[in-house]
Amino acid sequence: MNAIENKLAGPVSEELTLVQAAKRGDDSAFEELVRRYDRNVFRIAQHITQNREDAEDVVQEAFLKAYGNLAQFQEQSKFYTWLVRIAVNEALMKLRRRKPERTVSLDEDIKTEDDSLPREIADWSPNPEQLYNQSELGEILSKTIQGLPPGFRTVFVLRDVEGLSTEETAAALELSVPAVKSRLLRARLQLRERLGKFFQRRGNGDGKATSEVKTSGDGKP
Amino acid sequence: MKCSEFLQELTNYLDGVLDDHTKVELENHLSWCHNCYVVCDTTKKTIEIYRDSQLYELPEDLRTRLRSAIMTKCQQFKKRGPQSV
Repeated sequence: MNAIENKLAGPVSEELTLVQAAKRGDDSAFEELVRRYDRNVFRIAQHITQNREDAEDVVQEAFLKAYGNLAQFQEQSKFYTWLVRIAVNEALMKLRRRKPERTVSLDEDIKTEDDSLPREIADWSPNPEQLYNQSELGEILSKTIQGLPPGFRTVFVLRDVEGLSTEETAAALELSVPAVKSRLLRARLQLRERLGKFFQRRGNGDGKATSEVKTSGDGKP
Repeated sequence: MKCSEFLQELTNYLDGVLDDHTKVELENHLSWCHNCYVVCDTTKKTIEIYRDSQLYELPEDLRTRLRSAIMTKCQQFKKRGPQSV
């Protein structure tokens, strides 16, 4: 497998130059940092909150908080990792406000080991993403990841969608490296299991599942 | 290597961080265990599909609006101090 590509733009040294300029009061440098990372922060926030308005709020609040606390930022770590930590915390706060009846925590314990054990082992179509048009595929991916506990989907998004390293993910979420690895494995296996019903190779057709994407009350497809 | 041991190492394998010895054992397991081969292959596809998806892209007009709101609030913060935001 190819190394997971990082969705970030621009080298780290440029980032540090911008951060230092922003610390000296250069707002255009800070605006450049916003331009660099707004898409990433929005994607992370929407994955966690599952709500577009909340994600918009998180983008604003996270950047504003970063701006206000720039003097405290230690330059030995990456600005982006620090920003992600702020954004994840803001997003989790939104989620807690929306779902006060449910505990929302990255430390949330994993219910059972069995959740992640493969049950469905049928092979997929050769190009599963081509079985659906883009909006259908978007809905399938979105509903499927919504079914994961927040702690799992946050780790998956940072590692596999945004391309942070295991160590960066651990730093951003204030989790240990083994905790990140364990959640990542379970998130990947659970997503694989749930996507299987849409992408399985069928004996007599084009492989397209006939069922619509629906979620029950607990968010599971 | 048993199937359960393979599963424990799957994430390290997909991330390319296994030591040579474990990697050889794992690939040997994959060569004869069809179920684990399918799990490995479809997990890899799962990651690729999410990574390549256009899920939650920020539309350009909203992006401009958000950036402008952020910078306005930053200016206010600078002028009046933290209590203004």
